This record gives sequence, C-alpha cells and structure tokens, in this order.
Amino acid sequence: MNKFKKLFKSRIGELSTFSKVVIYTLLISIGFVYLYPILFMISNSMKSQQDLINPMVNWIPMNLYFGNYEKAFKVLNYFPTLFESMLITVLPALIQTAVTSFIGYGFAKYDFKFKKTLFVLVLMTFVIPVQVYMIPRYVMFFEFNLLENPLAIILPALFGQGLNSAIFILIFYQFFRMIPKSINEAAEIDGAGPYYIFFKINVPLAVPAFITSFLFSLVWYFNETYIASLFLGAKYSNLQFKLASFVSEFEAMYSSEQLIMINEGIRLAATLLTILPMLIVYFTIQRWFVEGVEKTGVTGE
Amino acid sequence: MRKVRVSRKVRENLIGYSFISIWIIGLLVFMIYPLLMSIYYSFSDVRILGTGISVEFHGFTNFTNLFKLEEGFVFIELLISFVKELVLQVPIIIIFSVLIAVLLNQKIKGRGFFRSIFFLPVIIASGPVISELISQGAGGANVFETYGFIQIIEQSLNPQIAEPIINVFSQIIIIFWFSGVQILIFLAGLQKVDGQIYEAAKVDGAGAWETFWKITLPTLRNLIFVNFIYTIVLLSTFSDNIVIQSIKSNMFNQRPGTGYGFATAMSWVYFLVIMTLIGIVVIIFRPSDMKTKRGRR
Repeated sequence: MNKFKKLFKSRIGELSTFSKVVIYTLLISIGFVYLYPILFMISNSMKSQQDLINPMVNWIPMNLYFGNYEKAFKVLNYFPTLFESMLITVLPALIQTAVTSFIGYGFAKYDFKFKKTLFVLVLMTFVIPVQVYMIPRYVMFFEFNLLENPLAIILPALFGQGLNSAIFILIFYQFFRMIPKSINEAAEIDGAGPYYIFFKINVPLAVPAFITSFLFSLVWYFNETYIASLFLGAKYSNLQFKLASFVSEFEAMYSSEQLIMINEGIRLAATLLTILPMLIVYFTIQRWFVEGVEKTGVTGE
Repeated sequence: MRKVRVSRKVRENLIGYSFISIWIIGLLVFMIYPLLMSIYYSFSDVRILGTGISVEFHGFTNFTNLFKLEEGFVFIELLISFVKELVLQVPIIIIFSVLIAVLLNQKIKGRGFFRSIFFLPVIIASGPVISELISQGAGGANVFETYGFIQIIEQSLNPQIAEPIINVFSQIIIIFWFSGVQILIFLAGLQKVDGQIYEAAKVDGAGAWETFWKITLPTLRNLIFVNFIYTIVLLSTFSDNIVIQSIKSNMFNQRPGTGYGFATAMSWVYFLVIMTLIGIVVIIFRPSDMKTKRGRR
C-alpha cells in the first residue's frame, strides 16, 4: 500500500514515478512525430527503386543502397556548390555579427539623444516585412550593377540591415548591458579610449554572444532563399537553389539514359545532402545554439 | 594645437553616435529610402528597360488593378487563404511550444537531448527543404489520412472553413517545426521562475493543473506576446510563403498594368494585413506594463 502511494505522491520538489513516466512518454512520442520527416528522409533516401515500390518494406530497406546519394551528389555538383553557398553564408554572417556587436554595444553603454526612438526603429526593422522594401532595393542594386553579385547580400549586412539584424543587435544589447558599467569606468580612469575599451575589454567578455550570434546568422543565411534568389539570380549556384530546381537539373543530366528515373529516394537524398553542412555544425557545437539563447538573455528583461 | 574641451555629456553623445552611425547610414540607405521609393512605386508604372529605369506616376491604378486584373484576383485569393491558415497556425505553434517548454522544464534526465531535438528544425528549415519534404510525403499528411481524420472534417464542416483546417493538418508536423526558437524562449522564461514558488503551491495543496494555470501561464504572459509577434513575422517572411512568392513572380510580369509597381502595391497590401494582425495581437496580449512604459521584447 505504501509503495503504491509512493508511485503517485512524491516529496516536495521531486517528481513522482508516475508523472515521470507520463513526461517521458509524452516527450518520446512527440519527439518521434517531430522527427518523423527526418527519419522518413533518411530511411527512404537509402532505398533502391525496388524497395521504394515494395509495400512490405516500411522503415528499414532490404539492403543499404547509396545509389541515390551518388546521383544526387552528381546533380548537385556538391563540393563546388557547397563552396559557393559558403561564400554567401559565412561572409555575411561574420560581417553581420561584427557590425551588430558594435551597434548593440553603442545602444547598451551610451546615453545619447533620441536613443529610445532609434531603438524602437531597430525593433521596427524586424517587424516590417522585407517584401515592402525589396523592390526598390532591387532597382537600386540594378542601378549600381550589384545584382548577381554577392555584395548585394553583404552590403546590407555591413550596415546592420542584414537578415534579422535587429535580433542580433538586441542580443548584443542585452549581453553588453549585463557587463557591469564599473569595468568601463575603471578603464576610462586609466586613460583607455572608448574603442580600446570595446575591443580589448568588452569583446573578450562577450565571446558567448559572438558565438551564438554567428551561428544563428550562419544558419539563417544558409536557409534564406527568397531574397538571395532575387538578388543573386537563379544562375548563382547554391545548395538551396540547386535543391529547388533539382528535378529539372536531374532530368537535364540523365535525359539520355532512359533507365534512370527520378524517384523520391533520389530527391530525399538531395535534401539530406543540402541540410548536411548545417547538421554537422549543429551536432558538433549544439550547446552553443541552445544554451546561447538562455545565456545571451534574448528573452529580454 | 589646442585640445578641444567638450563636456562629458556631449562626449557621451558623440561616442554613442559613433558606435551606431553605421546602423543609421544603413537605415537611411537600405530601409528608409527604399520604403519611401516603395510608396512612390506603388503609385507608378515601373519598368526596367535596357536603357535604364522608367517610372511613370499613374495614381491609384496599381491598387485598382488588384481588383481588375487576373493577377490581382489570384493574389487576393492567396492572401485570404494565407491569413486563414496563419490564424490557425500561430496559436497552434504557441500552444505547442508552451507545452514542450513545460515538459522540458521538468527535472528529468536527458533534458539536453530532448531540447536539441526540438530545436533541430530551426537549423534545417529552408524553403526548398520544406517544400521537398512536403511534396515527398514527409510532412505528416499520411498520419492523419490513415485515421480518417481528414474525411471527418471534410464532411462535417462547410468547405470554406474545412479547407484551411485540412491544409493545416496535412502538414501539421512541418507547422510544429516552426516552434524551435519559441520553445527555447519559453524555456528560458520558465527557468527564471523560482522553484520555491512551485514548492509553496504544492504545500498548499495545488495540483499540477492548477499550478499551470495560476503560476506557469501568468509568468509566460509577456513571452507569449513576444512569441506571437515572432511567429507571425517568421511565417509571413518564410521563403516558401505563397503570398510573397506571388509578389516576386509579379515583379517580372511583362503584361501592361503589372510589373514592379504592381508588385509593390501588392506588398503594401500585404504589409497592412500583417500589421493589422500584429495590432490585434498587441491589443489582446499587450504586456500589462506597456501602458506606462514601452513593452519589452
């Protein structure tokens, strides 16, 4: 009787066995559904044509088949495309992180006129959809001959107007505000200039914010295709664009070979290859993503 | 040379502005100027010709064309169905992320593991990837079809209401995928709550259900507001969104009456619709301290 009671009642501050079972069941089952598309992708990308049409084969293919990956790899022209993707991903992300840290620091540490109004404007830039101002930007880039040039992506980032820049300004603003003002004041008394204080004292203290911002920026730039395809044009090859036009590229490549038909296995293999770089980044340094959100205090006080 | 003496206050202003000056330039060049031009374009016929750009002012024609040209009808139809789906999707995402955040906030083993699972989609969700997954049947449609769920909705509701509901359920997993960041924001909020409050509630005999409604939810109030806005912005600017795709394809439309000006008019209509939705959220979920000082984000 006592044991049975223990199953449902627990000491203060602890979970009873029963509620633990409930929580685990919920998390595992929701987690499975949540990952379903990924598991589906992995499983089907390793199935041969026979396995795909065989109703007996559900999750586990009869034998491991990498032919889909081989074909997808060729059609995507993987490594050269990956290199070009990185060019329009890593560079803007680095620049965006550096510039927004500077801006966020200014907002966090100095009192200047119209600071509140300007800060509201920072937040506004996040809410206004890009669609409203992208056409004039497009025309502007056309006039300066910047279309189909990575600069069309890099320049806005350089001036703190890149992809989700407002969020990064906010991250740095929150983070630099948490660093006590007395540190800056002490350095000032010792005769250090404002930029010296920023680069030599505050930047080293804000390494977590830099890492988190860079990672988010990287991932968002990697996954953004709407603006990128508008400003860079379809000719610019990047993994995401290649995936978007995968079917037609596949047909162009294998049109002479009647026997090779596109199937879901090949398409899912291509999808997996596209997300692979970010998956690798995520699983090697995943704690910086997840803990970063808490540590940098994005949630705002 | 004599060193210019400035008061501390002026100095602070100057240094402050020197840090944010790059942003102010960016704001003027990449935001304010394009926004003003965008207003002008929406009242003009804009063409990119071999020789340059021609902009001809023609009043409200672009806006009236929305109700005259076939492209306009298509756009408005897409916009309406997008708003219907958004109204369903956003609350689903918010409820889902509160639920997951509460589960992840419990003292259990393997929290870190589950946390990284629920964040994973943020890393991979791009327009092409999502549309590939949905078109290859990985979006979860079959899960609901097998249980006859969709037929039940189809038969019991009128098609106007049933259609968006079916659309939402046929890609429910992908919709859940948009909650990665929101879960972490809620989780961070929950972790700031002092555990003693829960213990005190337990001592007073409050059950899990009561604790959730009386303690957990009120502490998340401001974050619910933040996440509502974040989710609306996220969904309305997502690369695969039908409305913004339609705006983009209209930019390059050569037919008379359409083109860049027409697409700009569309984007303003879209902007007003999104702002109205955000306005409604502000009215309903406004943080309680917003009347006295500006809301936090």
